[in-house]
Amino acid sequence: MNTLLEQYETHWPTTVGKAFLCDRVVLHGKDLHHQLGSWPWFKLYCFSLMGRELPDNQLKLLNFLWLATSYPDPSIWPNHIVSLAATTRSTPSLALMAGLSVSEATIYGRRPEKVALDFFYRGQKALEQGQTLEQIVDAELAQGKVIYGYGRPLAKLDERIPHTLALIRSLGLAEGKHLKFALAVYRYLKQSKGLSMNIVAINSSLAADIGLSPDEFQLLMTPCFIAGMTPCYIDARDKPQGAFFPIRCDSVVYAGQKPRSW
Amino acid sequence: MSQALVLQTAIWQEQPEVDNPFATKHALCHGYDVYGDILTKASYSEYLYLLFKGERPNPHQALLLDKLAIVVANAGPRDHSIRAAMNGGVGGSTAAGCLMAALAVGAGQYGGAHEVFHAVNIWQFANQDIDRCQQAMTQLLANKDVDIWPPMEHVAGFDPHGVTCATIIQQSLSYLASLMPNGHLAWLLTNRMALEQMAKGTLAMTGVFAAACVDLALSAEQSEMLFLQLRLSGAAVHALEQQQLGWKKFPYVSQLIDLQQDAPQFAMPNIDEFGL
Repeated sequence: MNTLLEQYETHWPTTVGKAFLCDRVVLHGKDLHHQLGSWPWFKLYCFSLMGRELPDNQLKLLNFLWLATSYPDPSIWPNHIVSLAATTRSTPSLALMAGLSVSEATIYGRRPEKVALDFFYRGQKALEQGQTLEQIVDAELAQGKVIYGYGRPLAKLDERIPHTLALIRSLGLAEGKHLKFALAVYRYLKQSKGLSMNIVAINSSLAADIGLSPDEFQLLMTPCFIAGMTPCYIDARDKPQGAFFPIRCDSVVYAGQKPRSW
Repeated sequence: MSQALVLQTAIWQEQPEVDNPFATKHALCHGYDVYGDILTKASYSEYLYLLFKGERPNPHQALLLDKLAIVVANAGPRDHSIRAAMNGGVGGSTAAGCLMAALAVGAGQYGGAHEVFHAVNIWQFANQDIDRCQQAMTQLLANKDVDIWPPMEHVAGFDPHGVTCATIIQQSLSYLASLMPNGHLAWLLTNRMALEQMAKGTLAMTGVFAAACVDLALSAEQSEMLFLQLRLSGAAVHALEQQQLGWKKFPYVSQLIDLQQDAPQFAMPNIDEFGL
C-alpha cells in the first residue's frame, strides 16, 4: 500500500525554493544572491511569504505598519517578556522569540488583525451585494463575533492612526473601498456604542485594499513588534540582574483558600 | 513614589522573611504549605492536580494523572515535536531553544496540544452520547472561521493517516480506562471503533489524553497546557542525546527536496579576485 505518508517519506516536491550549498539559493524561482541581493530586506520578506513583488507604495505602507508599532516600552506585554528574559540574563533569541510568540494574542496583535481583515473582506462584499452597513455590523455582533479594530484596552486614542492616514494620502492609498468601509463602521460603532477606533481597523482594511489574504497578513505582521523589543532587551540587560520591577511578597494579593493542612 | 506592581492570584500566597520582603518564608498553594506540608506528604501528581484544580485529588484521580504523565512523557524521536527539539539539540542550541521548538511544534492541531483542546471540547459536548459526538465532529470540521489557528483538517483526537488503531494507543486507553470505569475513557474504549468510523481516522493519543482530561474534570484550556507540559521530558532527553551524537549522525534532507521552480543560472563571482 502506498499511503499518503509513504508518498512523502523520501520526496518533498516544492516551488518555494532550495539551498544548493556551495552553489546557489533559489527563492520562488529567483536566485537569492544574483536577482534579489540588492533588495531591501523588508521587500524580500514580503516576497518570501507572498511569492509576488509588491509595488513600492504598498511596500512603503507595509513597512510603516511595522515601524509604527515598534514601541521600545516594557509596559507593552510582549516587550515586558523580553525585559524579563534580559533581567534573568537569558539570551536574545529566547527573549525575542518569546516576545513574538505571545504577540499572537486575542486582545492585541495577530488575532485581531487577521480576524478584522476577514471581516472587512466579507463586509465590503456584503455591502456590494446590497446589505446596509448597519445590517452587516449588527449581524456580525448577533452571531457573537467580535469586530476587531474598535475600542482599545488601556488607551482611548490610537496615536498611530493620524500618522498612518497621513502616509497613505501621500502614497495614493487613501481611497480604498475597504478603508472607507472600516471608517464607516467606526462612525456607526461610535454613534451606537461609543467605541473608539484602534490601528487594527486601519491596518487591516488597508491590507484588504492591497489584496493581502488573511494568512499572508498574519505572516507579514508576525515579526512586527521586534524593533521595539530589542531596546527593551538591551535596557534590562544593562541594569542589575533581577532588577526589572521586582515584586515583594506582600505585593501578591491573594484571594484563595485559607490555610489548611494536607 | 509610584505604586509598585501588584499581582492578583487565588492560587499562591507568600509570606516574606522578616529581613527581606523579596524572599519567601512560607509559600502556600491553594492554602496548603508547599515546603512545610505538601513537600513531605504529597506525590508530584497530587501536587500537579492541586495546582490545576485547586483541590487535592482522590486516589483514583491521582493515579490517573500519574499514569497519564507516563503515557505522554515521550512520544519518541519520530514525533514532530521531539524532532523539533532534536533539530535544536544537534546544532548545539540552548536548552530552552530546544524545548521552545518542541512546544511550538507540539502545540499544533495535528498530534499537538491544540488538537487536545478541540478533542476535549468534542468529548465534553458528546458527554458519552454517540449522536452528540457526531454532531461535535461535524461542527468542528465545518468551522472555517478565520483565526490565527487554521481550520481543522481532521477530527480532533483521531489520526487521519491511521490504518488501524496503534497498539500502544489501545494499551494506553485500556489501562487508563480501568482506572476510571465509568468515565469518558471507558466510554471511548467501548465505542472506539464506531467513533473511528465516524471520524474517518484511527484513535490518536491526543484523543486518549483528552478523554482522560475530561475524566479529571479539566477544561479544554487546562488540558492543552497540561499536554504541552507533560511532553517536554521526551523532547529534552532526545535533544540532549542528539547533541551528544553529533550532526554527522543526524539526517539532512536536502537530497529529498525536489525543487520544481528553478531560477536562471548565473556565474558566481570569482573568489580568486578576493585572494581567497
